[in-house]
Amino acid sequence: MKFTKTVKLAFESIMSNKLRSFLTMLGIIIGVGAVIILVSIMDGVTGQVTDAFENFGMNNITVSITSRGSTRYVEPEDMYKIIDENPELFTYCTPNITLNATVKSNISSENERSTVTGIDETYDKINQLTTEQGRFLQFIDVDKMLKVCVIGTYYEQTFFERGKALGETIKINGEPFTIVGVLEEKADSSENSSDQCIYIPYTIASKMSWNSSIGSYTVTMADANNLETAKSVLQKELTEILGSSDFYKIIATQEILDELNSIIGTMKAALVCIAGISLLVGGIGIMNIMLVTVTERTREIGIRKSLGAKKKNILTQFVVEAATVSGVGGILGIVFGAVVSIIAGKLLDITIIPSFFAVALAFSVSVAIGIIFGYLPAKNAANLNPIDALRFE
Amino acid sequence: MDKKPLVEFENIYKIYKMGDSEVRALDGVSFSVFEGEFVVIIGQSGSGKSTCMNIIGCLDVPTEGTYLLKGTDVSKLTDDEQAEIRNKTLGFIFQQYNLLPKLNILDNVKLPLMYKGLKESEQNERAMEALERVGIADKYHHKPSQLSGGQQQRASIARALAGSPSVILADEPTGALDSKTSAEVIEFLITLNSQGNTIILITHDNSIAARAKRVIRIYDGKITYDGPPSNDAIIRSTVLTQKEATV
Repeated sequence: MKFTKTVKLAFESIMSNKLRSFLTMLGIIIGVGAVIILVSIMDGVTGQVTDAFENFGMNNITVSITSRGSTRYVEPEDMYKIIDENPELFTYCTPNITLNATVKSNISSENERSTVTGIDETYDKINQLTTEQGRFLQFIDVDKMLKVCVIGTYYEQTFFERGKALGETIKINGEPFTIVGVLEEKADSSENSSDQCIYIPYTIASKMSWNSSIGSYTVTMADANNLETAKSVLQKELTEILGSSDFYKIIATQEILDELNSIIGTMKAALVCIAGISLLVGGIGIMNIMLVTVTERTREIGIRKSLGAKKKNILTQFVVEAATVSGVGGILGIVFGAVVSIIAGKLLDITIIPSFFAVALAFSVSVAIGIIFGYLPAKNAANLNPIDALRFE
Repeated sequence: MDKKPLVEFENIYKIYKMGDSEVRALDGVSFSVFEGEFVVIIGQSGSGKSTCMNIIGCLDVPTEGTYLLKGTDVSKLTDDEQAEIRNKTLGFIFQQYNLLPKLNILDNVKLPLMYKGLKESEQNERAMEALERVGIADKYHHKPSQLSGGQQQRASIARALAGSPSVILADEPTGALDSKTSAEVIEFLITLNSQGNTIILITHDNSIAARAKRVIRIYDGKITYDGPPSNDAIIRSTVLTQKEATV
């Protein structure tokens, strides 16, 4: 008996009892759908996290100075010295001071609570920022403690009109700052996006924060592969300055990303396992229905055997039928999963592309389930005694 | 006759155990059927004629004794080898037609050819040929349920013929038909026989037995008559049953 013919027969058998076939497939549909949805969403989330981190700069190392209880500080000069002495390891370094400030423009009366970041003139290179209008902060601004700032497009559009912010003044905690640059749009200029930012010279920020010491530095590595060496150099120098390794922390962006990816990976595996259980349940459903089918069709099996069907003919017929049911269920599940993940992507605002790997895997697993769970009932059918089968009413 | 018999029963026993008692469905039956014969096996229900039929049809195996089909000892074959013998050597006609309701007539007739492993085109050709022989070629795309009982039985005869078997086994082929259609079916089987097909027919109907070349009467698992369908045979068997009834 030809394979295509067997598949055709299986389809006819499915179509002749649509409701039952659909209910049988439901387990597989849900299982496959769940696998596709979970894998797609987790991939989408991973992609988003990775993108976010790439914005930060994958070569960056953040040095946080805790120095609580210590009388020693790390001055910007100390950090610049470390960078200058190790040009093969490091390229740039900037102090990082975060101020929570009230921001107000000279032409509107609206106040905004906002984060203002104090940095030096290398910050744009460290974090791959491009100035769209005007210029970025320069050494002179930092050195002379000039009250100038560079803003993101969110503030440009909130306080001014597009293209009209340059040269205007905004007040940060009451102090007037001249806008010397506007950054290129990175996200969609909305609130809480990476376009909501204000950068001022760290020297001014330090003064405004009433804090004499600088708590955080960002360092860029020349080569991300030298992470371990770079960390050990920083550790050695900082321990020397601060007197103890307890007073600082060194965190590489790369390490955080790796950590996050590993957490997401574990979650993904766990979720896929749970979805896998529903596939298993679906498979048992198929086995159950196939056992019923074999009993119902005992007479047919008897007739086929009396006409010369061998065991393998009957076995193939029923295994193919089970595999067809689960395969069709798998395809429906893939469609269902893809549609739901695309809708979910829209709702959660993440890019979701159902992965080809997940689709291929889900389909093969569902067909395999049909074959595995269809085998026992098919074996029962093949082993029926022809005379008993023929007499069966 | 020098020829080797097609069907050869040698002291066949079929014993069913039911608790402590045993039922002898066949109790030492021996006979041979040669090519070109039209044999009617007659007996009442419970006489063992159906068991006999099942054994001839390789659907069942004897408890004891040897059954040679075309010289092959069937009881020594595996299930699949028996399936192959059924496919190549035997054609079945059943009382309930046993057509598969979901397939059309053509696909039903093609079944034995499919299991033979023939090419699709050859299957179609031979199945249509068989349907033409039984005179329902125009109904090939109908489902069995759309045909009358007589037409369904013709379809099942076509299915039996399609594989060109050595022996056609008919188990009460007229059991579910009215007398007019029955007569047509019997007439058709006689025509087939005259064309050289060997036919073994099982029935409880004496009037059918009268049309055969040879009658084997089975009673209580034993052959009580084997010969031409003389009045004598039919009367004798009737007497026997009546005698049995009075005992």
